[in-house]
Amino acid sequence: MSRVFSLLAVVAFGVIFGSLVAGYSERQSLSDLAIYYLTHVPADLGAPNVVTGILISFRGFDTLGEVAVLFMVAASVGLLLAEEVSGKPPARKSSGSRGKEPSELVRTGAEIVLPLVFVFGAYVIMNGHLSAGGGFQGGAVVASGVMLLMLADPRGPIHHGFLSVTESLAGVLYVSIGIFGMVFAGGFLDSRILPLGEFGAFFSAGAIPLISALLGIKVGAELSVVIDRFRS
Amino acid sequence: MLELLVLLVCGSILISGVLAVLLRNMMAAMVSAGLASLFAAVSYVLLAAPDVAMAEAAIGSGLATLIFLYSIRKTGGEGLGDE
Repeated sequence: MSRVFSLLAVVAFGVIFGSLVAGYSERQSLSDLAIYYLTHVPADLGAPNVVTGILISFRGFDTLGEVAVLFMVAASVGLLLAEEVSGKPPARKSSGSRGKEPSELVRTGAEIVLPLVFVFGAYVIMNGHLSAGGGFQGGAVVASGVMLLMLADPRGPIHHGFLSVTESLAGVLYVSIGIFGMVFAGGFLDSRILPLGEFGAFFSAGAIPLISALLGIKVGAELSVVIDRFRS
Repeated sequence: MLELLVLLVCGSILISGVLAVLLRNMMAAMVSAGLASLFAAVSYVLLAAPDVAMAEAAIGSGLATLIFLYSIRKTGGEGLGDE
C-alpha cells in the first residue's frame, strides 16, 4: 500500500517538474527587474557586487529574517541537545566518542590551514560589496574553520557564553543600523547612512561593509554553537 | 564545452545522490551526500553564481556532513543492517 502511495507521489512530482522543464525557454534579454537592479545597485548603493547589494539593502529585511531563522535553529538545538547531555551520566559520555584521537595528519594540517581559513573568511566578509561573497558566506567559511578546529582537537573547549554575547551584540547592532536607516535615510536597513565613497574602493558602498561584518560575525558564531552542540 | 561540463557535473550530482540513498554503510552514504552538495557547488560556479556556491560548499558539504557524522557517532548506527 505504501509503495503505491510512493509511486503516486513520484508520478505527481514527475508531472509537475516535467511540465516546468518542458515549458522552459531561455530568456534572450534581461527582465525589467534585473535591469532595475543592475543599474540602481551600482549607482545608488555604490556596490560593484550586485548580489550583495540586493541582499543587504533592497532585500535587507529578508536577510534579517534569514538570520532570525538561524538564531531560532541555534536556540532550539541548544535547548534540545544541552538538556540531553546534562541528563546523561558523565561516565557514558567519555566511553564512546572520546576514545579516538585525531590522526597526526588532521592535527598538523589544521595548524597550517586554520589561519588561512579564518583569513579567507574575513576577506570574504569584508569584500562582499566588491567581489563574490558577503556576510552570510563568509560566516559559513569561518564556521567551517571552527569545524576543522573541533575535528583536530575534539576535547578543546568552545566558550559558549562568549559566542552567545558576541552573536547577540552583532544582532542588536544590525537591527540598530536598520533603525538608523529609518531615521537618517530612506527606510529600514537603508545602507546610505554612511557616505558612498569612491566606487570600487574598500571603504565605500555606505553601510554595506559594516552590515556585512556584523552578519558574518553573527552567522559564524551561530553555526559554531550549533556544531558544538552536536559534538558534546 | 561548458554545456558538456555542466551535464557531467549534473550527472555526478544525480549519481552521488542516488548512492547516498542506496548505500547501506552510513559513513559512505554520508560522504556521498556531502559529495552531491559539493558537485552542486561546482555547478553553481559554472552557472556564474559564485556567491551561492560559496555558501553551498561551506554549509552543504562541510557543516552538514559534520553534523551527520556527530549524529551517527552518537546514535551508534553503523548501518541499517539487513531488512
